[in-house]
Amino acid sequence: MWAVQRITAAFLGLAVIVHLVTIMLAIRGGLSAAEILARTRGAELWFGFYVLFALCAGLHGAIGLRNIAGEWLGLRGRTVDALWMGVGLATAAFGIRAAWGLYHA
Amino acid sequence: MADLKVRIWRGDAEGGAFAEYAVPARENQTILDVVTQIQREQQPDLAYRFACRVGMCGSCAMEVNGRARWTCRTHVKRVASAGETLEIRPLANLPVIRDLATDMAPFFDKWARAGGKFQPKDAPDGAVPAEFAVVPPESKKRQAADAGIECIGCGVCYASCDIVAWNKDYLGPAAMNRAWTLVNDVRDGGNKERLDAVSGDAGCHSCHSTQSCTERCPKNLDPSSAIAGLKRTIFWDSLLGRR
Repeated sequence: MWAVQRITAAFLGLAVIVHLVTIMLAIRGGLSAAEILARTRGAELWFGFYVLFALCAGLHGAIGLRNIAGEWLGLRGRTVDALWMGVGLATAAFGIRAAWGLYHA
Repeated sequence: MADLKVRIWRGDAEGGAFAEYAVPARENQTILDVVTQIQREQQPDLAYRFACRVGMCGSCAMEVNGRARWTCRTHVKRVASAGETLEIRPLANLPVIRDLATDMAPFFDKWARAGGKFQPKDAPDGAVPAEFAVVPPESKKRQAADAGIECIGCGVCYASCDIVAWNKDYLGPAAMNRAWTLVNDVRDGGNKERLDAVSGDAGCHSCHSTQSCTERCPKNLDPSSAIAGLKRTIFWDSLLGRR
């Protein structure tokens, strides 16, 4: 879990920068929902990027919250760990579903 | 002679409160001198612990004005300005026996749990190996072990550690500093069990690297870096399938 947290952090550090820079570049001169969709449909590389992004964000967030809950609220143990795993995967699933909607559906 | 005002925590595991004393203020006096003066002259039943008085044994640590310190090597004038009241408490994060004496058993039990015992590679039963081991003093591992070997086990780092306060199972800086010196001891053969013992939530992976241990260690050791070394070793060993 410690290793996952560090590896996802390393990826997220880069990914967040890419994400923000892309937004800033894309909205120069204004942008509408239709234009966004026209551009994103079928961009497989970007879809892959955001699937990975969502997975990392979900896991990283859940592991971080797990550690805070353990230290500050004393919530520890296998059951609690499984619960946080669920939270992490659910968060990731929401993100991946959003990416799917943007790039495919 | 001007008086030095001192507040000392008195009580036991059930609880307690501060009692106030005044001792003659001297040009050169340590915190331990002050506590001893009070016990000898004013409060014969005051419980505290010391042995060597010269910073070797690690038995006199207490919390002085909110910071854990070795009291025999801490001069009053270094921690309190003229006229300021001294406040002395037992070490945090350890059960109090009475007054300033804490039960150090949980602290040393964790050294054992962290694999703090030397396990000779050539003689697993603990016998003295037939040949001397050759360890070049300038080798990287020897120097890493050297950096942490002078621990006197005073418990100052343990009492200063937030993680210990949050998680009573956490091994703490001193125990893992000891484990790191043995991980770097080329004569030792117990690293598999040791690295297992120091990983996880009770071990090195919970350390936030806030470095209170390194900041407060009276011997200027760096347990924080030792713990980082354990994390690094466990990470690469796991990734490369070496354990």
